[in-house]
Amino acid sequence: MRFLVSFFILFIFWFLLSGETNLILIISGIISSLLVSYLSYDMLISKSDLRRNIIMYLKFIKYIPYLIFQIILANIDVIYRVLHPKLPIDPVVINFKTKLDTEFCIVAYANSITLTPGTVTIDANKSKDFIVHALHSSYAHSLLSGEMEKRIKELENV
Amino acid sequence: MFREILSGTFIFLGVFFIVSASIGIVRLPDFYTRTHPAGKADTLGQIFVLLGLVIYEGFSLVSVKLLFIIGFILIANPTATHALVKSAYISGLKAWTKDKKDG
Amino acid sequence: MFEIAILFLIFSSFLVLYRAIRGPTIFDRVLVINFIGTKAVIILALIGFAYGRPHFLDIALLYALINFVATIAFLKYRTTGKLG
Repeated sequence: MRFLVSFFILFIFWFLLSGETNLILIISGIISSLLVSYLSYDMLISKSDLRRNIIMYLKFIKYIPYLIFQIILANIDVIYRVLHPKLPIDPVVINFKTKLDTEFCIVAYANSITLTPGTVTIDANKSKDFIVHALHSSYAHSLLSGEMEKRIKELENV
Repeated sequence: MFREILSGTFIFLGVFFIVSASIGIVRLPDFYTRTHPAGKADTLGQIFVLLGLVIYEGFSLVSVKLLFIIGFILIANPTATHALVKSAYISGLKAWTKDKKDG
Repeated sequence: MFEIAILFLIFSSFLVLYRAIRGPTIFDRVLVINFIGTKAVIILALIGFAYGRPHFLDIALLYALINFVATIAFLKYRTTGKLG
């Protein structure tokens, strides 16, 4: 099952990149994606519950508009601080524990922290400790209030 | 015609973000603060330039490839920044704070 | 249009080189390498459009992958002392 799923993903990827419809080339594409998926399907798709993961990915699409809005805000803010002649920054490093459980959500949360206003993830691990560097102490407060964490926590409740 | 103006707007907005990110890398006082423009403004700048190219091209296999590059950048750039910061933190680099002016 | 954007990107790469030469720690230099590498991806994509040869995009995609792997490999070597 996992082998077939990874084969189809790889073959669609191959087809989109090459755009060839010649018969010999398509057969060589099928052979190469069979070979690659045989060698590496263990790494591409993890053993956990497939159905739950798919629901989680679908829910993640709903989270993307909020993320894009936050990214644009973050950029305007960083550029304002960088181009300001006095450099109004006051960096701090904070530690906190998160309530998220699955690996996918922890990774999504860490990458979202890096992309959103004034914060960069230094460390995130399976024991749920986060170390975050903030460009200004007000961002640390808005991060600890945990609105984004609540939104990602919704992805887990399947 | 309208499409070309729109794609040009996107491309130059992206280039503006990238140039300000490079100014930030030159100006900011220490390594941890420098990763902020490199991780955010740079990512959005690249995505805007590539989106401008997607709009210019229209719907074809070329724009599918561009969308692949966009998705890859959106995952890879924060991850690379995170790996950099974590490696620096493990090696014991101290963060610059405001009251220590000569950092 | 594409040519002007390429010129601005090359300008920003040269600006960042100051930090690579001056940069107090090795991490600043790796940051600059990553920055210039991703700029190279964008410049390759723009060159493909400027000369009407979309095959440059394949090279751009490959370059993005190699750049990411190179950064991660270097940092892993720096942190753990081995690549295994």
